[in-house]
Amino acid sequence: MSAHMHGTPKGSTLLFATLILATFATWGMGSLGVTGTWGVAVLAAISFWKGAVVILDFMALRHAPLLWRALTMGWIIVVWALIAIAYIKGLAQ
Amino acid sequence: MPASGPAQAHGPRLAGDLAIWFFILAELLAFGVFFAAYAFARAKNIELFAAEQAALNRNAGALNTVLLLTASYFVVRAVQAAEAEASRQCANWLGGAILTGFGFVVVKLTEYAAAFEHNISLSSSTFHMFYLSLTFFHFMHVILGLVILIAMWNGARQGRYRPGDMNGLETGAAYWHMVDLVWLILFPLVYVIH
Repeated sequence: MSAHMHGTPKGSTLLFATLILATFATWGMGSLGVTGTWGVAVLAAISFWKGAVVILDFMALRHAPLLWRALTMGWIIVVWALIAIAYIKGLAQ
Repeated sequence: MPASGPAQAHGPRLAGDLAIWFFILAELLAFGVFFAAYAFARAKNIELFAAEQAALNRNAGALNTVLLLTASYFVVRAVQAAEAEASRQCANWLGGAILTGFGFVVVKLTEYAAAFEHNISLSSSTFHMFYLSLTFFHFMHVILGLVILIAMWNGARQGRYRPGDMNGLETGAAYWHMVDLVWLILFPLVYVIH
């Protein structure tokens, strides 16, 4: 087993703290009623970053073969791309 | 079937059983289709979705995000403890993950009870059909995740996980993180973005 494949306690605690801060940012933006293309882009970027941390660091795919990293990161990219296309389509209604 | 062997000790390695990763991919695809269907249905009913989304309990959604992230963090610490040959600590971290996971269940059931009090059902609107089916589909995954965490907690208490024998722990951990990962999209998509 590669050393520190699952990270170090200090590193994962730091990531956890930033994930919680990012969650408060999303909640705050929702409570303030932030909307519009840029607001949604920021919300999507925060969610994407949080997902990437879970995939690469918590699921330890940073140390996995490239294929599995590409499949999981590809999933989150495609999902957010589809949500973005639908959002833009909704603006044109 | 372990995803790796001693020969790959220093190269890229998939944590846990290879089979769980195919299962995770299938689950991610199912949730991905669900998310896209929600987003395109919303694009056709912007006003309806905005009005009914505004009635959701965003605080409960945010609290559940914090609970799932905390459970995921505890699971990471449990795996790190097992890597450090600290079985007792591994079990304690898993116990914390189980408690926070049950916290998610309690918050979600409270949310559902409030919705049913307002006569919200699968047939009350397109938005509610998506809200209930998407969140309940995810809820069932949380329940399965909790069963897995309890089994791992029991295993950790018996000292089953140690360096070189981490496959069961890593497999369950990967599943739990997948449950968390899906919620990280579900929360902003259904509760926040309008």
